[in-house]
This record gives sequence, C-alpha cells and structure tokens, in this order.
Amino acid sequence: MMRGWLRSDGRKGVRNVVVVAYLVECAHHVAREIVLPYRDNDVHLIGFPGCYANQYAYDMMRRLCTHPNVGAVLLVSLGCEGFDKRGLRAAIEETGRPVSSLVIQAHGGTRATIAQGRAWVEGARDSLDGLPTVPVGFEDLTIGTICGGSDGASGVSANPAVGRAFDRLIEEGAACMFEETGELIGCEHHMASRAATPELAGEIVKSVEKAAQYYAVLGHGSFAPGNAEGGLSTQEEKSMGAYAKSGTSRIVGLIKPGDLPKGGGLYLLDVVPDGEVRFGFPNISDNAEIVELIACGCQIILFTTGRGSVVGSAISPVIKICSNDETYRKLSEDMDINAGKILSASATLDEVGEEVFASVESVAGGARTKSEALGHQEFILTYKTFEPTGPSCLPSA
Amino acid sequence: MTKTSAKSRDVFEGGVDERTLLLSPHDNIVVALKDLEAGVTLWFGEGGCVLDRPAPTGFKIARRDIARGEKILKYGAEIGSAVADIEAGQVVHIHNMKSDYLPTYTHDGRNFTKRDGR
Repeated sequence: MMRGWLRSDGRKGVRNVVVVAYLVECAHHVAREIVLPYRDNDVHLIGFPGCYANQYAYDMMRRLCTHPNVGAVLLVSLGCEGFDKRGLRAAIEETGRPVSSLVIQAHGGTRATIAQGRAWVEGARDSLDGLPTVPVGFEDLTIGTICGGSDGASGVSANPAVGRAFDRLIEEGAACMFEETGELIGCEHHMASRAATPELAGEIVKSVEKAAQYYAVLGHGSFAPGNAEGGLSTQEEKSMGAYAKSGTSRIVGLIKPGDLPKGGGLYLLDVVPDGEVRFGFPNISDNAEIVELIACGCQIILFTTGRGSVVGSAISPVIKICSNDETYRKLSEDMDINAGKILSASATLDEVGEEVFASVESVAGGARTKSEALGHQEFILTYKTFEPTGPSCLPSA
Repeated sequence: MTKTSAKSRDVFEGGVDERTLLLSPHDNIVVALKDLEAGVTLWFGEGGCVLDRPAPTGFKIARRDIARGEKILKYGAEIGSAVADIEAGQVVHIHNMKSDYLPTYTHDGRNFTKRDGR
C-alpha cells in the first residue's frame, strides 16, 4: 500500500528525508562530514557551490528544502557567501519543518560545526522517525522521467514502456513530467498537436526552437559520443526515442524548473535557460535534470538507460529501466526493470509498462530502489537564468 | 517467407526479417533486435540481402535502397538524411547519414570528433 508523510501545503512525501544543505562549495566538506555517519538513515546531502547569488539557484534550493519527501533541513553556511540564507531559512520555517542553520565562521570552524551539525541531525532524525504516515493515492504523486546513456534500443523498449506507465498513472490522477526540450528537437510539431490549448501548442514549439538555438550557439546538442556507439546517429533520432517516454496523454502544461504542476496530467519541463547563452550547457549531466524534476515536486523518478547509468538521487528515489538484455546482464545489480524483454519478444510493451506502474506503487509504499539500496544520492546544481513562466503555459491553472 | 512471433507486438511487423523490428510501415530502415554479424542474409519483402557490417542490437539497417540526400525514416519520422547511396542490407549510421539539425560527435582516440556527414 502506498503511504507517506503529509506536509503543511497538503502535498505528501513518499520518503521522510533529513536534508543537509551547503550554501557554497566552501561549506561542502563540513556538510558532507555531518551526513557521513547517517548516510544509510535517509540523511541526504544537497547544496549549491556558487559564491555569487543566483535567483534560479535560490528558487531551486527553496523548492528542494520544502519538497514533500523532505521532513527537516540543516543549512550549512561558511558565512561570507552571497546565498540568501535568511530568506531560505524563513521559507522553510513557514512550512513548519524543523530547520537549523550553522555558520562555520561563527560556530568555531570545521570540527565544532560538524559536531553541532551531527547533534542536530540525530535529534531531527529521531523526531521524524516518530511521525505517523498517511495513505497516499495516485492523485498525490508527481512522477518525472528522464533518459540517460540512451542507445538504439532505448527508443523501442524502455522509453515506450515508461510511456505506457505514464498513460496509466495519469488515468489514475497522477501528475507526470517529461523534460529536456533539447532532446525533443524534431518532435515539436507532434507535441504541439497534443497540447491542451492552441496557446500552449505555440509555447511548446517556441521552447524547442529556443533549445535548438541554444545548442546551435554551443556547437552541439544533447548527444553524447556514447549515444552513437549505441547505434543512435542523430539528435533527431535520439529525440524521437526520448519522446516515447511521454506516452499518449494530452499535454496540459509547459513548466520551468521549480514550477509545481497544477493537478494531474502530463507536463513538459523546459530546462533550457532563457535569454542569451550565459552559463554554458543547460544541463551538464543527467543529475542536473533529475534535480530540476525533483524541484518541480517529483517524488519518484523513472530513469531509462541503454548504455547503463547507475545514478540515483538525493531526496527522491530513482527507478532504473534498462533497454536491453546485455546491459541488464552486466549491470543487473543497478537495474530495477529489464525492458530488454520486449526486444527478445518474451514480454510486450504493455506488460513492461505494467511492471513500471507496479514498481511506482511499490516504491511509494516504501520499497527501496536498487540505487537507493546502493547508497546513490547524486546531486548537482549550477547557475542558470529563467524568465517567469507565462500564463498560456499552464492553461489548466 | 512467413514469420511468427511468440508474443504479439504493438508494432507493424509485416514483411521484415524477424531478427529486426520495423517501427512504422513508412520507415526505410529496420532496427536490429539482436547483435547481427556481417554477412548474414536478411529478408525484407521479396528478396534477401546481405548485411554489410556488424549491426549490434538497436542499430539501423536499410530495408530498401536509399539514395544520397533521401530522408532516413524511423518511427515514421525524419531522423536525418543519407549522405551516400545506401543499399538494402547496409547498416545506416553516422558513416552514411547526418542530422538535419546539429552535428553528431564521436570518440576519436582521446578527442571528440565532429561528424557532420560532409
């Protein structure tokens, strides 16, 4: 049975994590040391490395620290960084979550701050462990999907299987999210035909054009050499395969990192920054996109892979769906579901889609994913700039 | 040449070799369902054709002759253009096709090499 923790904003978490967040790279070591003894007890490390303030990074940290899977937060500051630590603390306090901040320069340096941090984390962990759980329904869930290390099989097995699961989840009332407009170059007009309103259709096409321009300036797109080794030849081919993750539901909204969905349905997350190319690649690795999905409220992530990614994430569990038998054999300890069965004809797309759906249900009931059990808690957050989301992007609002 | 499959598939599967998958009837390529060795004979429609190089799982194979400049179709969608004349049975990849949007990069020893098909 799906169960979770009810938060003051009405959202429910399927995990009850204590987050330790460093607010500049200079506080990273101290924060990591605080977490170390409790890393198997749902105490997760997140943070922002930059010294200079950035609205996107602030908004992301605020959403992550008030994520439904998060029960308590310890902020670790060096002291002189630009991050608005008081604003973040106040935003967390408003939600009723236990929060504390430690400033290394004011608390006696590395050793003393680690000791105080560990004492606070132990207290927070104890109090969270005593909290009652409530039943969770599909309408309480926001599920994100991402593909990483794609190959020629991803687009015919794992990705469409996730698409089937998305269709089922949305039928049951869940909000589902797919992302990376740069990995959807070539699919924009088909996506537009699925949009809930003509205005949203126009915004979707514009978002992909923005991604194409952004990548053209950078010189190449979201296509890694490993993709070509896996049989994919072009960005458009990779896009068509990636697009299959979205299933067949109507697209009800186009959101940006940190925006929350307004009810159930299928959302496209635009992860490409607005304005001139300023801070480099939109997302430097898969986990940057996973963090953005989680900032939009995703409590569980469906990650399809062909070449074989092993990552998990801080805050939200990651379910790994492997596209082919060979990678599954090599990395079976890291893979939750083998969609390669579709290629060998020992299972249909519908059957594997059902398996993905059942896996969401069981992980939302507390079952650990492979990456969770192995201790994966990857996290990365870098500089970006976004304009506010326009009203025609969320017509259901 | 008839083919049977233990399980029904959600994809069109008339007239293609069962070691490959045709994702849309409009496609001019099929996808290898298992690692195929160079030299094996594949059956598309009426005739057999010989695979020109190894095609690992997921790789694309031309199911009919494709002229230079013609679009490559997968899922019924354009995924790029042929930069050489391609014969039925030949592997279709970055050596004979290119993106219509962005160049593809591959590993070349220690460096990334731009492959824009020219």
